[in-house]
Amino acid sequence: MARNDGEAGMTLVVKTVTRLTVGLIFLYGIYIVLNGHLSPGGGFAGGVIIALSFINLFLAFGAKKTFEIIRKDAVTALESVGAVLFLGIALLGFIDGGFFSNFLPQGELFSLVSGGAIPLSNIAICIKVGAGIFGMFLALVAFRGSEREGK
Amino acid sequence: MIHSWLPYVLCILLFCVGVYAVLSKKNLIRIILGIVIADYAVNLFLILLCWKKGGEAPILQPGAMEQVMVDPLPQALVLTSIVIGLATTAFLVAIAMRLHERYGTYDITRIRELRG
Amino acid sequence: MAGEYIPLLVAVPLAGAFFCALAARKSGVLADTIGTLIVALVLALSIYAVVSPPSTHAVGGWPAPLGILLVMDGLASLMLLVVSLVAFLVMIYSLSYMNAYSGRWQFHTLFLLMLAGMNGVVITGDLFNLFVFLEVASLASYALVAFGTGKHELEAAFKYAVMGSLGSLLLLLGIAFLYGYTGTLNMAHMAERLGELGVAPITVAALVLLLSGFALKAAIVPFHSWLPDAHPSAPAPISAMLSGVLIKSLGVYTIARLVFNVYGASPDLLNLLLVLGAVSMGIGVILALRQWDMKRLLAYHSVSQVGYMILGFGLGSPLGILGGLFHLFNHSIFKSLLFLNSGALEQATGTRNLKEMGGLSGRMPTTSWTTLSASMSISGVPPFSGFWSKLIIVMACVEQGRWFYGAWAILVSVLTLASFLKVTKFAFLGKLGKGFENVREVPWPMRFGMVVLALLCIVGGLMLVPEVKEMVLTPAVRVLDHGILTLGEVVRL
Repeated sequence: MARNDGEAGMTLVVKTVTRLTVGLIFLYGIYIVLNGHLSPGGGFAGGVIIALSFINLFLAFGAKKTFEIIRKDAVTALESVGAVLFLGIALLGFIDGGFFSNFLPQGELFSLVSGGAIPLSNIAICIKVGAGIFGMFLALVAFRGSEREGK
Repeated sequence: MIHSWLPYVLCILLFCVGVYAVLSKKNLIRIILGIVIADYAVNLFLILLCWKKGGEAPILQPGAMEQVMVDPLPQALVLTSIVIGLATTAFLVAIAMRLHERYGTYDITRIRELRG
Repeated sequence: MAGEYIPLLVAVPLAGAFFCALAARKSGVLADTIGTLIVALVLALSIYAVVSPPSTHAVGGWPAPLGILLVMDGLASLMLLVVSLVAFLVMIYSLSYMNAYSGRWQFHTLFLLMLAGMNGVVITGDLFNLFVFLEVASLASYALVAFGTGKHELEAAFKYAVMGSLGSLLLLLGIAFLYGYTGTLNMAHMAERLGELGVAPITVAALVLLLSGFALKAAIVPFHSWLPDAHPSAPAPISAMLSGVLIKSLGVYTIARLVFNVYGASPDLLNLLLVLGAVSMGIGVILALRQWDMKRLLAYHSVSQVGYMILGFGLGSPLGILGGLFHLFNHSIFKSLLFLNSGALEQATGTRNLKEMGGLSGRMPTTSWTTLSASMSISGVPPFSGFWSKLIIVMACVEQGRWFYGAWAILVSVLTLASFLKVTKFAFLGKLGKGFENVREVPWPMRFGMVVLALLCIVGGLMLVPEVKEMVLTPAVRVLDHGILTLGEVVRL
């Protein structure tokens, strides 16, 4: 990782480009999640893209700046929350039929608000996957950091 | 019709390459790469299974509801399998990093204290 | 539909895992409580599954060949009972044992994830779904083996994870072959289609891939090399879970399902199982004889005892299957008890080397007599539970005129006895080892788990009382003995 002295993160060029693109990447992730029931994509793909936007942020600006936006324990908490939400949606299916039954009205084909519980599941998966991948990245990177300090 | 089964054979070959890497390489990272190669060979094989002559991507679109589509099920399976592969790889990498911290090497011939 | 409780067997431990992770931020005690309650709830659900009639549940309301069908038949409910009974007692044991480790909530989370994976493998009727749950359980177990994060734990976990992933890939490839050939993933539907299409080179290739994958998970010789490293390296409660139930629900159960219910038991296939079982029994016990590390010795005995189950299934007769399943039940009880005992000894004395122990029976009476009963049970000494299941397997061998296998089973049992006499002699009898003057018995949660398992070892033979047998074992035997079940039969359960 190229570091300039004193300041955390990478060079000014990288920082500027990241500042311009990171919001777009994040928005694109949200778009993929919300259109998951209509077009290719969905919770997993969108979650990965959202996690990538945070990873970009982390690489360009360093740990401190990133943790001002999202705290580290919030990431691990969000991961569990996403999983619990997804399971909750699956269990709510018992209202109408059984496990994973689509209990909401299905709506009109090809409109954004359709598909019953599927978009909700996509959002839950997105939270879980986004937090999970970012958490995995943090775990691996933080471990390297501690190793370097130890030497 | 040599070309109809060739891709499948190539997938199996790729799988064997991965397994060979796992069994013969001495470096932890190369072993992990071997597993990744074998994993993707299997994924590729699954994706090949859904091929159908003249088939389109299995996505419903307004106005084009009755086209020939490839089998969507293996695609869902592959997505699941990729997620599992991601988790396995991340776990293996984390363990390899820890092993490097403890032993100072990625060489498995020097990480052999369990015997018998 | 009567089967509405079936998905809960996966959903409850899965939800418990993530609630544990959330609750641990507030307090560790809360995570302990949630973990124990969840496992107790799963145990209650499994007992309900055993007493209630067989049923199915179509996930998401999609009918069978299209959607995933969860099947609760006799075999599934027996496996669930075994898994959750051992899990419950191990959980109570670990409440006190895991005090030595940091990050207890991670332990609970991984433990519950592994439980959810095992339950999922057992109840699903869909081959790919089985693979997914198998991976959930396997990944959790890789992480649990590495839980101590010491040198040896990491090395064992890496080896285990590499071998396990290879096994999983073989399975996935086999499943892909079968899907390409039959066009379905539902196991009952697949069995039907395989019957219609007949044997082809590709089905044999798929069978070889699937059998080697499952044999790797079950640690059958020649795929056993990871087990003696992985099982001893985990914390004792996890060793108990891995050796006690994980290799059975991921390996032995899946092999039985594949051979009997998907492919149909042909004589060649059964002979293969017989040979695999006999080789595992012999090599496992011979390698165990020369071990001085108590947990390694136990791990090698797992390889040997799994051989007994496979041998029982390989006989293919109802009596042989009964013996195999009953031995599976008994082995879960006594092998998890033995690993818990080794954990108690390790915690009290700080060593696993049998040469360094000695004379501990006076210092640790509970551990001593629970170890004794489990050792007698695994060696097949009457009237302990292991005797009855081995007797049934030997009787089934004789019934079919396979004298060699019967004699082999008895010989291996004698060698097992020899190896456990060594454990008893060196650990508990003789002079008190140096530095053990202050050794004290372990705390009550650990004793509770061990005592209940020891009682089960002693009264395990009562499983053969007709009333209990009809309820628990016979339905499971019937599922396997029936052979291929068609989709219609499964749905109508």
